[in-house]
Amino acid sequence: MRLASGGVIDRTKILNFRFDGKTYQGFAGDTLASALLANDVKLVGRSFKYHRPRGVLSAGSEEPNALVELRAGAHREPNTRATVAELYEGLEARSQNRFPSLKFDFLAVNGLLAPVFAAGFYYKTFMWPASFWEKLYEPMIRRAAGLGRNAGLPDPDVYEKSIAFCDVLVIGGGAAGRAAAAEACRAGGRVILADENAPGADIEGVVYLPRSTVFGVYDGGTYGAVERLADHLPAAKGPRQRFWKIVAKRCILASGAIERPMVFGNNDLPGVMLAGAVEKYIFGYAVSPGRNGVIFLNNDDAASLIPILNGSGINLAGIVDSRPKSSPLVREAALEASTPLFAGSVIRQALGGLSVAGVEITTSRGQNIKLDCDFVAMSGGWNPAVHLTSHLDGKPVWDEKIAAFVPGALPPGMEVVGAAAGLGINANIVPLWSVKNAGAKAFVDFQNDVTAADIRLAKQEGFAAVEHLKRYTTLGMATDQGKTANVNGLALMAEATGKTVPETGTTRFRPPYTPVAIGALAGPHRGKNFKPTRRTPTHDWAAGLGAVFVETGLWLRAQYFPQSGEDWLAAASREVNAVRNGVGICDVTTLGKIDIQGPDAARFLESVYTNSWVNLPVGRARYGLMLREDGFVMDDGTTARLADNHYVMTTTTANAAKVFQHLEFCHQWLWPELDVCFCSVTDQWAQIAVAGPRARDTLAKLVDAPFDISNAAFPYMAAGALSICGGTPARLFRLSFSGDLAYEVAVPARYGAALARALMEAGAEFGITPYGTEALGVMRIEKGHPAGAELNGQTTAHDLGLAKLLSKKKDFVGRALATREALTDPARPTLIGLKLVNAGDRLRAGAHLLPQNVPAVAANDQGFVTSVAFSPTLGQWIGLGLLQNGPARLGEIVRVYDPVRNGDTLAEVVSPVFVDPEGVRLHA
Amino acid sequence: MRIKCPYCGERGLEEFLYHGDATVARPRDGGVVATEEWTDYVYLRENPNGTHRELWYHGAGCHAWLVVTRDLRSHEIFGVEAARDVALAR
Repeated sequence: MRLASGGVIDRTKILNFRFDGKTYQGFAGDTLASALLANDVKLVGRSFKYHRPRGVLSAGSEEPNALVELRAGAHREPNTRATVAELYEGLEARSQNRFPSLKFDFLAVNGLLAPVFAAGFYYKTFMWPASFWEKLYEPMIRRAAGLGRNAGLPDPDVYEKSIAFCDVLVIGGGAAGRAAAAEACRAGGRVILADENAPGADIEGVVYLPRSTVFGVYDGGTYGAVERLADHLPAAKGPRQRFWKIVAKRCILASGAIERPMVFGNNDLPGVMLAGAVEKYIFGYAVSPGRNGVIFLNNDDAASLIPILNGSGINLAGIVDSRPKSSPLVREAALEASTPLFAGSVIRQALGGLSVAGVEITTSRGQNIKLDCDFVAMSGGWNPAVHLTSHLDGKPVWDEKIAAFVPGALPPGMEVVGAAAGLGINANIVPLWSVKNAGAKAFVDFQNDVTAADIRLAKQEGFAAVEHLKRYTTLGMATDQGKTANVNGLALMAEATGKTVPETGTTRFRPPYTPVAIGALAGPHRGKNFKPTRRTPTHDWAAGLGAVFVETGLWLRAQYFPQSGEDWLAAASREVNAVRNGVGICDVTTLGKIDIQGPDAARFLESVYTNSWVNLPVGRARYGLMLREDGFVMDDGTTARLADNHYVMTTTTANAAKVFQHLEFCHQWLWPELDVCFCSVTDQWAQIAVAGPRARDTLAKLVDAPFDISNAAFPYMAAGALSICGGTPARLFRLSFSGDLAYEVAVPARYGAALARALMEAGAEFGITPYGTEALGVMRIEKGHPAGAELNGQTTAHDLGLAKLLSKKKDFVGRALATREALTDPARPTLIGLKLVNAGDRLRAGAHLLPQNVPAVAANDQGFVTSVAFSPTLGQWIGLGLLQNGPARLGEIVRVYDPVRNGDTLAEVVSPVFVDPEGVRLHA
Repeated sequence: MRIKCPYCGERGLEEFLYHGDATVARPRDGGVVATEEWTDYVYLRENPNGTHRELWYHGAGCHAWLVVTRDLRSHEIFGVEAARDVALAR
């Protein structure tokens, strides 16, 4: 019912909204809850287990009942608290958990099956047969008990993230918080005031974040908050929410207190509300939950409601004070309002069907009296909102005087003020945790349908410890995390066990304080923006040639360059043939490049690589192998010596960052005395491989005189600085991943695309062909070079046939543990090649290797296929694999068993080097 | 958590990578064979109920390796030193 005057609503702005398909009107400044109450809509949802009718309980973020699905389509958000959803024009909300309609719910029959749904009902009722769980019990429970429905569509909203720093963060914009913020600002501090409610007045000099909930406290004075930028608008024009990370030197927590319900029969009927909420609806929204109320209290705080109701023209049928003698304050207020006062009495139960029609009172003399009313305002005292004080493990402590938990040990830098500290609440409280002889179900946790009887039952069945109580009854779970329920539940358990509340336990809280949309935490970092995309200098050039790209780590690399009608296999095979018979180019910029300089550079390389470096002459490159300290292979690559104290190292694309970090570790922590510096130059140099028998002929056209790239002057593994294309600085390495005559040319990154074009032009007469990672992979398999699938973190140098690279003359990372017996056991799976017996078969990576004629069981498993490729050079599928005693079994036929893809074929164990084992082509 | 990098000042946790125990030292014997000292160095770690010295890497910052003295219960940080300085003083 809307009162004729009052409230901070704007009565000139009428807003239309829909609830369950019916149109209503409210005012600007309303919440969905206040607007529904103004329209006398009391029934707003059905409860979780019993499908009991539920209405609005509170006026804040603690609301357990009035949960709705807000908005429609992909924007639909389930379990939105109507009490904090600000009204806007065209708002659309639906009630939850009812079938087929809110007023008539078939599943309300669950209420009659209450014994089945008592505490621990999941565990007791649905025990066997086990197979019924999946097929029958779980789907049934899920349909019957639940909250709102997920939209099931990608979140269409935009979110953003922000980081703020301040001297003082004030949490809570009530009287205490505002006073604290103003004072901190006067003292000269940078102050942020975060408040979960709609904006109030600004405070000069204070950064004021309204509609912002601080949901978590983290180490080092870091606080997480969500600012709701557009949830109060019909449609978001920009970001819907902003996730704040606030770093504050000090924090003042002014989060107030949350009122406790009274636990009596049918205390969940729509129309039974917290007294403080009734006060807020009248003052804030000029809305009364009814015309004829009863107040049920056990403390003096709710006495303030008596003159408010009286002054608003709302009839007060009675005041029920559970305290034996009431108090002068309540007595006088009752007298003033000419309202009957029932001291030492309790409401035994509320009466009514879909909303309150009356109450049954048990008086101090034990008589039961019925009283007509259409709402009940109850106050069982207040709980300080101590949640944020316990996020870093602080334990709230019980204050007997106010019968409530108050903050205990606080997070560093935090102070608590006002009601959150337990100040000014629960005057003259005489706790009443539940009404004896309640006439009907008396709810403790409204959201989870946990009753006082459930808690006593849990105790009876041996689940008396707080953590057991929670799990057995589900007390304090779900979206409200027991904000209105936990303390009542704990106190009831204390009563049942004959202990005090602090003896029984305490309630501690974890973040988030209120539910946080995952979208807000992700911010803009989703989909394509989840991680950065790195493009090579030749990306646009390759795209212009129709390249198909593949993600390798953050990089996008050209995978193959299909011509019309070609699939990936045809394209890759054509590219391989072009390289093997003519010349091809491939962008290899993505390989990690690390520039290493200093008098101790060679000694440094000796320490991080397994093989020897001091004897590498200037102008030469060498293959290097790196181990982890546990003896397993970490990475490989080539390093070239450009000058006496100057090297450039390459790493695999995937491990570039990891290797760099490892080098820093070795230098800063293991060998700090070495005089060496290094720097990643991956982004600074574009590098292109030029491979194939005509590679030299192609390159010769670009190299500036007098640099000589003849085989004699620039042999295999030569390296040097030069200039190309008439003065462009470049580096040339005679390296080959493909096994053919090949070079890698590096130029400053900005010349990368121009170099690709220049090479294409120079090689045109030799049929130069750009090739991608697919062809690159085929050629390295043909040559038996281990790559990612073999360098999988579980292989040793022995496994990869690289044991000869383990120097015996020096210390290096991984040296000691690589010598462990089990790691050098020849029976370990070791690198081999696989050639199909039937050349028409298909080989697949991941298939198991077994001896012939044995059952395909794990005990007979002797290894697996790591990499496969269709080799155009050999005209069949070939593979690399790791096989027990591999090198000793060349010529043996093994079974290649692939149960996942129904593969079962035979292959010959061969040398991993399929093409040019003598290296004639390489040294050409 | 926030770590005060000696080069960059106090920065958020997300800029750093945790590596592990800074109290173990790599054996100086050159590592010819896998002795117990070596396996202890690679695999054996303390998890003290209290203060610990750990290696962190300022990967999203200056690339410095750091020795952070931290209370593992409260996450309170008592000191941050450049790992290289600590290593040179060993």
